[in-house]
Amino acid sequence: MLGYLIRRILAAIPVMGVVALFVFLLLRLTPGDPAAIIAGDNATAEQLDRIRTQLGLNEPLYTQFFSWVWRLLHGDFGTSLISNVPVLQMVNQRIEPSLSIALSVMLVSILVAIPLGVIAAWKHGTWIDRFVMALSVIGFSVPVFVIGYVLVQVFAIELRWFPVQGFRSISRGFGPFFERITLPTVALSFVYVALIARMTRAAMLGVLGEDYVRTARAKGINESGVLFRHALRNAAVPVITVIGTGFALLISGVVVTESVFNLPGIGRLTVDAVLARDFPVIQAMILLTSGVYVGVNLLIDLAYALLDPRIRY
Amino acid sequence: MAIESLPNPALPSRSGPSLGFLTATPIIALATICLTLVILSAIFAPWLTSHDPQLLAPALRLKPASSEYLLGTDAYGRDVLARILYGGRISLLIGLGAAVTSIVIGLFIGLFSGFFKLADAVMMRVMDGLMAMPGVLLAIAVVSLSGATLTTVLIAITIPEIPRVARLVRSVVLSAREEPYVEAAISLGSSMPKIMLKHLMPNTVAPLIVQGTFIAASAILTEAILSFLGAGISPETPTWGNIMAEGRAFFQVKPSLIFWPGLLLSIAILSVNLIGDAARDALDPRMKQREAGK
Repeated sequence: MLGYLIRRILAAIPVMGVVALFVFLLLRLTPGDPAAIIAGDNATAEQLDRIRTQLGLNEPLYTQFFSWVWRLLHGDFGTSLISNVPVLQMVNQRIEPSLSIALSVMLVSILVAIPLGVIAAWKHGTWIDRFVMALSVIGFSVPVFVIGYVLVQVFAIELRWFPVQGFRSISRGFGPFFERITLPTVALSFVYVALIARMTRAAMLGVLGEDYVRTARAKGINESGVLFRHALRNAAVPVITVIGTGFALLISGVVVTESVFNLPGIGRLTVDAVLARDFPVIQAMILLTSGVYVGVNLLIDLAYALLDPRIRY
Repeated sequence: MAIESLPNPALPSRSGPSLGFLTATPIIALATICLTLVILSAIFAPWLTSHDPQLLAPALRLKPASSEYLLGTDAYGRDVLARILYGGRISLLIGLGAAVTSIVIGLFIGLFSGFFKLADAVMMRVMDGLMAMPGVLLAIAVVSLSGATLTTVLIAITIPEIPRVARLVRSVVLSAREEPYVEAAISLGSSMPKIMLKHLMPNTVAPLIVQGTFIAASAILTEAILSFLGAGISPETPTWGNIMAEGRAFFQVKPSLIFWPGLLLSIAILSVNLIGDAARDALDPRMKQREAGK
């Protein structure tokens, strides 16, 4: 197990290396002078010089790369070209809305999608099954910003149950926080519910025909025990895999949701940075989100060994 | 009985995949009709509306629906219906373009990775790295740095899709190369390009058609997200995402600026996804197992 743990962590290093190289080359490989791209069309020679020195653009390419990676490894993700604030500090100030949405979407989706998928597989071929499958195709196809605006129109503007947009920190009371996070959570949950319910159904269909399910039923275990204790546990690996790979979808979704509901999170930070060509911030955000994605999937790989005694490394 | 005369069920039919799956169930048939209508309305946009989607008319801003402007006008007095019809052109072009481009590049990478062990180790780490970056973030970064033209948007949307194709092709090649007919071709001294093109590539056709439809749906969605976030094709060009992005500021005054393009966008993506599902059931029954078992 320890050997597997170490091997798995080592395997994540080249992946992050590729991400770092790609992010680094992104600016250098675009045609034209990187300093001019960042500064925009109306930059003076002085501004260009300042950017070149700040980003070390006068050094040879490989020196730039390794000194950049060296700084990253020491926790220095650079400084915003616009506000001159260290990127990590900016992220720190704006992580709460994003983290709140991501976690609540994950929680809600898992609580909704897994029972849906289990029931669909249990009632395979019935209208319940078809309804769940239809819901999952729709959830997958209707963009989060369309769902978001429909929810705002109905529940915030017509019914006035929730505020239209904005965010309130949980430290200022759970009520206002909950009010403002509900619609974004529901909007973004659709796609994640669709993804997880679909996979749960497919995995459950695979195991429901197994001998041990028949044995459990023959022993007289009640149906929910058969479904959730015997079948679902064996169907868990692909479901958990898709929760992990779907995390990339979740990150992209958070970026869009924050724009719809005007939440001051790291998604908004990234979009603003892109529109302002604040390159150190863009670089850091892609690196950090990729790092989170790799980390989540690493944890999931390790969870397999605990969940499924058949997997031995 | 001569053994040669026995029919071999493993051989794929020469006639190629049939398109019968497009009407397999009433819902799929409906999706096919919807998609056809969206495609036709985009192609024939100039004949369906007499309004110029880019003509500014400040005096006519935010007019309600009327017989002259069926869906009203936007904040610059442009006809919303005309913009939505023309907007479909960009979305469909991006969907088709991203599917074809990512399949061509991914097929090439996948064939080589599946065949050469040395290339495999390197290419798959690169693909893992690309997959770790959230597609939308990567795309907006690429577009913002290289300028928002149709080509850069297409490239930005295609890059995150390539690893999905490459991994699919690789897995097909890895299982196909163990087949006796490939071993036979290798031992007969067939050249590498011939083995790849003649023996391995045909196995990838069905899964790639299926994957291609899903990529098209996801590319249409990503283009709309880019435009919506303000990081897509320049705002005066009508795209569904651009119309919605401009509608954001007037959402409380005129929600239809967001709902109509949103509805068309959703119908288009839904239809493509449903057709993809039907294509998978018809062409590639093994794919379900692959997805469930990975």
